[in-house]
Amino acid sequence: MTQTFTLGRAIRLTLLSLGALIFLAPYIFMISTAGKGQSEIFTSSLSLIPTQFFYLENFAKAFGRVSMGTLLWNGVVVCGLIFVFQVVIAIPCAYAMAKLKFGAARLLMALVMLGLLVPIHATSLPLYVAFDSAALLNSYTALVAPFSISVFAIFLFLQFFRAMPDDLIHAARLDGMSELGIVMRVIVPNAWPAITAFAIFSVVAHWNDLYWPLIVVSNQAYATPPLGLLFFRAAEAGDDYGALMAATLIITLPLVAAFLLAQKRFVEGITMTGLKG
Amino acid sequence: MADMTAISLPVEKSRPIVNVSERHEARVAWMLAAPAMILIILFIVAPVIAVITLGFTDFELGYSTFKFVGFENYAELFGDRTFRQSLWNTAIYTAIVAPASILLGLGVALLIESETVGRSFFRTAYFLPVASLLVAMATVWQYLLHPTIGPVNNLLNLIGLPGPNWLGSAGTVLYSLSMIGVWQTVGFNMILFLAGLTAIPRDLYSAAEIDGAKSSIDRFFLVTLPMLGPTTVFVTTISVINAVKVFETVKTLTEGGPNKASEVLLFTIYQEGFVYLRVGYASAMTVVFLAVLVVMMFAQYRLVDRKVHY
Repeated sequence: MTQTFTLGRAIRLTLLSLGALIFLAPYIFMISTAGKGQSEIFTSSLSLIPTQFFYLENFAKAFGRVSMGTLLWNGVVVCGLIFVFQVVIAIPCAYAMAKLKFGAARLLMALVMLGLLVPIHATSLPLYVAFDSAALLNSYTALVAPFSISVFAIFLFLQFFRAMPDDLIHAARLDGMSELGIVMRVIVPNAWPAITAFAIFSVVAHWNDLYWPLIVVSNQAYATPPLGLLFFRAAEAGDDYGALMAATLIITLPLVAAFLLAQKRFVEGITMTGLKG
Repeated sequence: MADMTAISLPVEKSRPIVNVSERHEARVAWMLAAPAMILIILFIVAPVIAVITLGFTDFELGYSTFKFVGFENYAELFGDRTFRQSLWNTAIYTAIVAPASILLGLGVALLIESETVGRSFFRTAYFLPVASLLVAMATVWQYLLHPTIGPVNNLLNLIGLPGPNWLGSAGTVLYSLSMIGVWQTVGFNMILFLAGLTAIPRDLYSAAEIDGAKSSIDRFFLVTLPMLGPTTVFVTTISVINAVKVFETVKTLTEGGPNKASEVLLFTIYQEGFVYLRVGYASAMTVVFLAVLVVMMFAQYRLVDRKVHY
């Protein structure tokens, strides 16, 4: 019995390790190639440790062609603004739907369910025409506004708020709190797990989004990280993979570092939100 | 107040119903919900109506006038070779990526769940692609799959196999993109399956063992698989929808080429609408895309109703 157990376990560990190696291979090669000179990239791609270290040169090139600082800053600003708007707008609405009686609740629920079906790809054409005629292309407004409303946030918070005890709210009302006061001082402090989960969902989705920024931004000054990398690739004539890998490394790092630091929260967040995508 | 429904509100039993306070409550609720409602109408409802309407016009950006052309756009779509190719490619891509990433996700989750050593390491390793910028990692894959200097082909040459031109030839490009797609999504499905596995009560396994399910394979089919039903339906829906929405890798790596072999739905819409600026025609394509999503969502609802017994 122990014999088969060990064999089974050996197979299991081998499979897991091989798989992990394949999944991590792109990262290993990214880090390795970011430190190689042009000639070495062309001759020996399989050796992982560069014979001569070209990290400085490649990173200098990456920072030189496209302003990496601006890209990352734009990413932070756009994701931050989107998240703040989404939460500030969705939480009161979800609270009203979950805990207050009003005639439009049913209509709102229908709108939310409809909204869950519609990705940005489906609304981008009219939105583009509208932003174009309002001369708002190439601006933070264009990048942020369409995502200021997240029906998914409403949906998620609604479910979370429904599970909150009504007594909590009644007690606050008896204390003379206004409904807005209840939202800010009773609901929000109790909703942190849902807010964190949604934050992870929202930031991952918008940090990675290429479609909408590609449509509304042509000016490098407003490029988000994925779009900036496309610009960088376009500016990079030929196969300068060293510089390219250095650039991808810089751009991938922030979110990966955030993930490695807050892994548990990430996993909880994803299980809670299902990362609608 | 007549349209209170089961889905929308919890019934409050304890409070005496006073008309004035009820009206006040409704007014406050309206105020709290108004910003969200206005934005939903502005950024979701109105654009969807607009895109359906534009689909019946010959509107092109840069021209001031347009006219309604009925179903002409849809008739053109039907005969458009690029669009048909694009639909077909999207279908193939989805048919590869969705099942592969679901099965691998489930497989990895099962292996990790039953292993005690290195659980968090493996979880991190498989999940890392989900947390990485896809455009950036696609660039890395482009290097890995480079026909002459790429490590993958160098490795193949080392063991005497000819390396194909992964992303550069029409015969392999869609499969290469699918492979990247699978690599990117397995970790996500794995996390959801892991959550589903942890939620299965342990005593069910001992009960199954007492009932005669002696081998772990028996117990898998008797307990694990049925208990994972809801998770599986959820994972399947998300996987299929995300596969249909493939865009980033195509835009970054192939631009639909070579020879339209990797032309996919969203890329074609992007190209028609935002590069050639044929908004009317691209709107008709968008309507088809939306219809595909709606059909898949309804399929999921029906599956949840019928198949999943918890």
